[in-house]
Amino acid sequence: MKHSVVLTVNGEEYVLAIDPHRTLAEVLREELRLTGTKIGCGTGDCGACTVLLDGRAVSSCLTLAVEADGRRVVTVEGLAPSGEQLHPIQQAFIEKGAIQCGFCTPGMEMSTLALLQGNPHPTEEEIRAGLAGNLCRCTGYNKIVEAVATAAGAMAEEPMNTAADGASDGDQGRPCALWPPVG
Amino acid sequence: MIVLPRFEYKAAGSVAEACRLLRDAGGAGRVMAGGTDLLVKLKSVARPLLPAPPASGEGPSGPELVVGLRGIRELATLGFDSGRGLVVGATACLADVAAHPDVLRHYPAVAYAASETGTPQVRNMGTVVGNLCNAAPSADNAPALLVLGAEVRVAGEGGERVLPLAEFFRGPGETALGLGEIVTAVEVPVPPARSGASYRHLSARGRVDLSAVGTAAFVSLDEEYARVREVRIALGGVAPTPLLVAEAGAHLADAPVGRRVFAEAAALAARAARPISDVRASAGYRRRMVQTLVQRALLEAVVRAQADGEVRS
Repeated sequence: MKHSVVLTVNGEEYVLAIDPHRTLAEVLREELRLTGTKIGCGTGDCGACTVLLDGRAVSSCLTLAVEADGRRVVTVEGLAPSGEQLHPIQQAFIEKGAIQCGFCTPGMEMSTLALLQGNPHPTEEEIRAGLAGNLCRCTGYNKIVEAVATAAGAMAEEPMNTAADGASDGDQGRPCALWPPVG
Repeated sequence: MIVLPRFEYKAAGSVAEACRLLRDAGGAGRVMAGGTDLLVKLKSVARPLLPAPPASGEGPSGPELVVGLRGIRELATLGFDSGRGLVVGATACLADVAAHPDVLRHYPAVAYAASETGTPQVRNMGTVVGNLCNAAPSADNAPALLVLGAEVRVAGEGGERVLPLAEFFRGPGETALGLGEIVTAVEVPVPPARSGASYRHLSARGRVDLSAVGTAAFVSLDEEYARVREVRIALGGVAPTPLLVAEAGAHLADAPVGRRVFAEAAALAARAARPISDVRASAGYRRRMVQTLVQRALLEAVVRAQADGEVRS
């Protein structure tokens, strides 16, 4: 039996009829066409599917979409403040060469956002602990850790609204999703 | 891509409803708090870790019912008071337990175990109670709760029962829960004065992966801080269930505080362990590490017991 589910994704509200065995990752990718969220292992080990759910980093491959009903989701598509401007986290990942194949990057960036929202000035050890649930098979992690530190510095200098901020109280401004809802 | 099999889902509105739904499902029902263990098992094609459904019910590939607990407000309880102690409700997530000021202050070993479970994402979803109910021998949250004398509160259609955590584990993946029963909370008594507890574990990666060995120690001291009044030691990953080692505790009662008796207790704990060799460690290594980690846990527990006295005096 399909369940009626209301998801707020990157500030946009979606009303969906969803089978209960579908994960949030599948629904984001296949129903909303928000394919920035990647599905890697599917068992909560690799972190590629990390999104923020009510402000906290979760594995969307181990979240039932029905259990996200009425909750706020932020995906990597909600990170950039506009279509022309990157988020400091994204900018730092590019500048530091923290991206190779890119498959882990959306999850890395969402874990980074969650980390920096709770701890704006993490030590290297805290960065490594904060990203412990995200695997990268290309870069060897050092550049990613450097990128997170760089992003922390940039965000401290110039705090920036993201969809996460915009969605937190619902009336702080325009929703920030880059892609309009599809289908 | 690994997808879930089809199943029905019901968000229980109350504990009584959750129990009724699970009983009516007759063994084809699964209770879900954070889902970090359950959904992985449901995604596994062979599903080796799930109990076989009853013969009269649906076949192994038949529809199952998942009963969600996160809508039941009372199960989100996480709090401490100086009379009742600590109550961790069934849906209190690992991250919240690890960061809770009262848990950090009065039960640092419980907070530490929660903080060392899984990944940040898993800790935001998974629960302490779920880690216990999953009943892995290596469950990181079990040893510290065992030495602190924790009890589980179980609700069923007939009402409620409370049982010591030490009686809750029955085998790998097996608990004392019957059909239609759920754990609503784990409760930890107020630690006595001049007491401390510690959890020490190790794994191949040191983070994220399952512990090969986990050890917890609880120590309470006499008024002079010179002798041990009570000791409890518990082990994870070295027996079919998390294990409370009674003989090591009995050996240390009224012993003078010191490395020599701690080494003896650790040797007793290592003898009580029944480790196997698997992908995470060999049996021999596990036994050796029990001895090492128990000594470290005892020393840290004593340091905390001494600091506990300073705080209170």
